[in-house]
Amino acid sequence: MIDYDKLVNPVIRQIKPSGIRRFFDIANEMEDVISLSVGEPDFHTPWHIREAGIASLEKGRTRYTPNRGFMQLREEVSRFLSRHYGVEYAPESQVLVTVGGSEAIDLCVRSLVCPGDEVLIPEPSFVCYVPITQAAGGVPVIIETGPENGFKLTAEQLEAKITEKTKLLILPYPNNPTGAVMNRDELLAVARVVERHNLLVLSDEIYAALTYTQEGHVSFASLPGMTERTVLVNGFSKAHSMTGWRLGYAAGPQELVKLMTKLHQFAIMSAPTTSQYAAIEALKNGDEDMEYMRGQYDMRRRLIVDGLNRMGLKCFEPEGAFYVFPSVRSTGLTSQEFCEKLIYSKHVAVVPGDAFGASGEGFVRISYSYSIKHITEALERIEAFLQEL
Amino acid sequence: MAMEQILELLQDDAKLTSQQLAVMLNESEEDVARAIARYEREGVIRGYHALVNWELTETQKASALIELRITPKKDTGFDEIAGRIMNFPEVESVYLMSGGYDLAVTVTGRTMQDVAMFVQKRLATIDGVLSTATHFMLTKYKDGGVIFHSDYEEIDERGSNLCD
Repeated sequence: MIDYDKLVNPVIRQIKPSGIRRFFDIANEMEDVISLSVGEPDFHTPWHIREAGIASLEKGRTRYTPNRGFMQLREEVSRFLSRHYGVEYAPESQVLVTVGGSEAIDLCVRSLVCPGDEVLIPEPSFVCYVPITQAAGGVPVIIETGPENGFKLTAEQLEAKITEKTKLLILPYPNNPTGAVMNRDELLAVARVVERHNLLVLSDEIYAALTYTQEGHVSFASLPGMTERTVLVNGFSKAHSMTGWRLGYAAGPQELVKLMTKLHQFAIMSAPTTSQYAAIEALKNGDEDMEYMRGQYDMRRRLIVDGLNRMGLKCFEPEGAFYVFPSVRSTGLTSQEFCEKLIYSKHVAVVPGDAFGASGEGFVRISYSYSIKHITEALERIEAFLQEL
Repeated sequence: MAMEQILELLQDDAKLTSQQLAVMLNESEEDVARAIARYEREGVIRGYHALVNWELTETQKASALIELRITPKKDTGFDEIAGRIMNFPEVESVYLMSGGYDLAVTVTGRTMQDVAMFVQKRLATIDGVLSTATHFMLTKYKDGGVIFHSDYEEIDERGSNLCD
């Protein structure tokens, strides 16, 4: 018998599986479950985008693309980033098309982090940053954000965690799971600290298109002096409802993109060809769909925030992504207890906040990437649940 | 204009309350209630229906689409005959069409026999009707924007992903 535990990489072996899993497992075994737990759009990819993918297949475009992705796609990415967020990147040297935003995050961390380097990760946040950092030999340093600051990162919190070993700050805004968005002034305060301590920043802006503030999304890379310190990650999953196409991109200083491209070309070769054809169409003719979907999410957001507040589950107003993050402390239950009781008694699935870091304890993540009908039904069940507690 | 979004939302789900609509559209509840009252008064909103899939019930229903070719009247054109036809309770909808025939009429009865008799006795005999062609509906796949056929109902296959 081989003792695999002794042979495998202990760093990978010790990575904890995602805490979201358990509730899906329970939900999958029940009938009549109303889920508010998923993290992907309910809209299908707009038809004209799907058609562009199909047309490319019909023409037999089934080969590899250049490592960095089609030049035409990189040009469109560059135009899109300029048009929407006012950041300028040279398509030939500063844009890399990846397999989802996730690959871009992985490439960025592996390209920058040396063993022992500290990576600052605000939490609650998307579950991949810590394991990716660990796999790269880096040391994740958690910055706990809370409702008192609307789950935003403050300059003071950042400053307090910086040491001589700090290499990289990850900025996950608009935030999954809290829906927090950082405005320009708040980002500027962070930028000053970044500059002073000579840090690099991985700005995960995958939810940028789903920002509901007047100001709109502010890209960290657009701040003075930050373009050369930032690797901006975005993609097609959320903005264009293209999760299954697995397509994202990174944009940044050419020296860093060059490193990431090296890893990408050996690990992946090139991102899926069909998806790249579809993505060109998405960027050329998809702004209206994007705006439509944003409007729909925004209505659902207001409906669900109002509904939860009315029944006494206090939520601060989420300004981005498609999640609300209400506190369940008023029920006296922990996040896990709340979710477990809710799914067993009312068959409504939501995700415990501590799945996104210890500071998420006392909260639950509720997704509103569902139809209005689905949301109103779920709200009724949650209200009944609270009354029976 | 902003208030016209109410119509789209209600068309999709007529059970939304003024309070819910107000929250979603960032308007006051009073303004939304007033707008709805006005739409009802002006006939913009013509009614609120449940979309029923009768195929799943014990009630028997048969529906047909009837193509009518007619001779338009000198002064009233197609309106007069359309007016006569739409007064029958058996008639669910009447459209004036371009192309090979003039009026498209949907008729519902208890059995196919009922519908056939209705066409023969009531529609074909109207003065000015030149011909009728009756097409019975065999299965309703989609109606009012809603998919009826359970095999084709959309399933939410999301959620298999463990870390999103």
